[in-house]
Amino acid sequence: MNAAAPIRVLIGKPGLDGHDRGAKVVAAALRDRGMEVIYTGLHRTPEQIVDAAEQEDVQVIGLSILSGSHMELLPRVRELLVERGLDHVLLIAGGIIPLEDARVLEEQGYARVFGPGTPTAEIVAFIEDHVRSRPRP
Amino acid sequence: MTAGQLRPETLPEDTRRILEGIEEGRRGALARAITWIENGDPRAAPLLDFLQPRTGQAWRTGITGPPGAGKSTLVDGLTRYWSEQGRKTALLAVDPSSPFSGGALLGDRVRLDRALEQTDVFVRSMANRGSLGGLALATGAAADLLDAFGFEEIVLETVGVGQAEVDIAAAADVTVVVLTPASGDGVQAMKAGLMEVGDVFVVNKADEGGAERLAAELEQMLALRQAQREPDEGPDRQLVPENPRILVASAREGRGIEALAGAIEETRREGMASGRVPALREQRALMRVRRLLAEGLRAAIWENRRLRRGVRKALARGEGPDAFARRLLQAIFNRLDPDEPEEPA
Ligand SMILES: Nc1nc2c(ncn2[C@@H]2O[C@H](COP(=O)(O)OP(=O)(O)O)[C@@H](O)[C@H]2O)c(=O)[nH]1
Ligand SMILES: [Mg+2]
Repeated sequence: MNAAAPIRVLIGKPGLDGHDRGAKVVAAALRDRGMEVIYTGLHRTPEQIVDAAEQEDVQVIGLSILSGSHMELLPRVRELLVERGLDHVLLIAGGIIPLEDARVLEEQGYARVFGPGTPTAEIVAFIEDHVRSRPRP
Repeated sequence: MTAGQLRPETLPEDTRRILEGIEEGRRGALARAITWIENGDPRAAPLLDFLQPRTGQAWRTGITGPPGAGKSTLVDGLTRYWSEQGRKTALLAVDPSSPFSGGALLGDRVRLDRALEQTDVFVRSMANRGSLGGLALATGAAADLLDAFGFEEIVLETVGVGQAEVDIAAAADVTVVVLTPASGDGVQAMKAGLMEVGDVFVVNKADEGGAERLAAELEQMLALRQAQREPDEGPDRQLVPENPRILVASAREGRGIEALAGAIEETRREGMASGRVPALREQRALMRVRRLLAEGLRAAIWENRRLRRGVRKALARGEGPDAFARRLLQAIFNRLDPDEPEEPA
């Protein structure tokens, strides 16, 4: 196996909010650390996000959500991943998510839910630290 | 070893699992196999050998042109159109890696609203990972996998800036060049060698005006080229586009998609009738063998301990490096068709 192969990451925007500046900033930061970042574009359903993750064979999914519907959409993404046998994928989220919701999501299988204003360096470091311990099956 | 002798039981467990997954039509297995190809993982090779007999069913369409011309938006319309016609459709979207970090931002999915919302087009984004020779090998093998998986329409989108990337689109059965009236795309097309490879030229962004004028310019350039063409360009003549078509479209408004599908269809029909399509496919295999040979020989030249030994012996018996290299080449040439008896040196 080629150890130097870049980490593949899907950055997704589930739901209806139309703001993807944060998602794009994170995507660019990951690219600058040598990762291959697939950006889905706006308004994707959990099904579309999981389809994309499967086809792109990513090791990481990062979801950005600002619309307030995170407690409907984010658990669904996790559910679908498990259904498809993709639970090796490191699942993280960010955006405007209250702390208590973040804890619930982390109990449901999100590796980490980042609060608003998290420095991109922290997200990069989190991915680099955690992805190696989750090889593709 | 020929395909008939391959037995899945001989494969390692994980390779067999992926092969079975592909046979069962599982997209996750297909995706993993493409990852192996991209990563140069040795597990890809036996997989390709097994699936080779199932390839040759799909049509490959290359889409190339300057960045921002609207290739992905056009592909969105085209793949959706084919899907709605009941054709199983897949897209390989190739974008450059950053020369600084080696990472990449692969954003072609952003434009695929219609295809992804209403159909089940399979989309794989690939970064060129800096090695353009390797990219042609990887996209070729990934397209073979998609073909063996059962896709009927395979679209290869590449940015038409470097020769290597243009070559990937040009290795398809039909090559579509996308241009826009703005920013001197016509001139850029000539510079990048796009005029030579296009079977269909799409002047996109017709909603912004100036499309008819660029279409007329292209018409002139192509007519000029056609007139200057030698009556016999040798064995490669069949590979040159026979009857390039020019279309005007607005991908954003969904105009010109059906006409594009129609032009692709006509090009295929002509190419089948004239023998150009089989010639193109053979050429694709030939180019692939050349690239693989170049890679393999490069590895052998720089790694082979036996070569050093050979040189030592040659020097000892008074054979110079030039004569020795010539003799080696001769030995390799004698084996270019391993199924034929050896020609005398
Ligand atoms: N006005 C206009 N803009 C278009 C059209 N097709 C694509 N675009 C826009 O051109 C930009 C680049 O499109 P994209 O499909 O990503 O181009 P690519 O880089 O060639 O794949 C996007 O902002 C599109 O919305 C069109 O027909 N008309
Ligand atoms: Mg594109």
